[in-house]
Amino acid sequence: MNLRRDVFQAIADPTRRAILVLVASQSMTAGAIAANFDTARPTVSKHLQILTECELLQQEQNGREIYYHLNPYKMKEIADFIEPFRQMWDDRFNKLETIMKAYKPKK
Amino acid sequence: MELKTKIAAEEGKQELTITRVFDLSVELLFRAYAEPEIVEQWMGTKVVKLDNKKHGGYIFETTDPKGNKHVFSGAIHDFTPGKSIIRTFEMENTTFDAQLEFLEFEELTNETSQLTIKIVYKSLAMRDQMLQLPFAQGINMAHNTLQEVVSKLK
Repeated sequence: MNLRRDVFQAIADPTRRAILVLVASQSMTAGAIAANFDTARPTVSKHLQILTECELLQQEQNGREIYYHLNPYKMKEIADFIEPFRQMWDDRFNKLETIMKAYKPKK
Repeated sequence: MELKTKIAAEEGKQELTITRVFDLSVELLFRAYAEPEIVEQWMGTKVVKLDNKKHGGYIFETTDPKGNKHVFSGAIHDFTPGKSIIRTFEMENTTFDAQLEFLEFEELTNETSQLTIKIVYKSLAMRDQMLQLPFAQGINMAHNTLQEVVSKLK
């Protein structure tokens, strides 16, 4: 439960969300990630640290460089959190749609 | 199949947006919210009161499989036919605080429409709690309703 909350705190920040979007397509070094933001490099490092701590990002050593990439399992956890809620509303709305399609207005 | 309902729950904001496109005219879509008999059918709830007007209100009552009654109610702040409803929502006798809901009905074409529901919660924690807890229940309730309907078919 606590871990889960951490994940949500991690994605509460717009810069951190932008970082996740960036590394979604390819692994990147901290420098390459920071180059996409106006924020100071240490700030970006701090964001990377938080994302790594809650396992949204994984580090990979490649020679002298550390590459960051997305942890799809953790990302799925975020999606799963909202999914039952979405499913419930989708079911309800599907029902609404079916009922109204068959609806004959009262004269 | 991809779900037609989209949920935007931006982190750090104590709000939530639900959007859904319907293969229905905006008139029919709105009617599903305005007429108590129709609300009962798709929400799977008993409509005790539905006073659709400014300064109006509503009371819905759901009975769970154990026979316990759950009351959902709210005040209707504004009601503009075919366009919008502004209301509060509260699950009575729970620790959840009331929430504010803005429902907007938009015509897309003659036969399609979009519903956008923006929900504002008391706090961020309350939103996340609401997302998590009752919706596991909600799903069960939906499944129970389904079961009832199916069992009647036999």
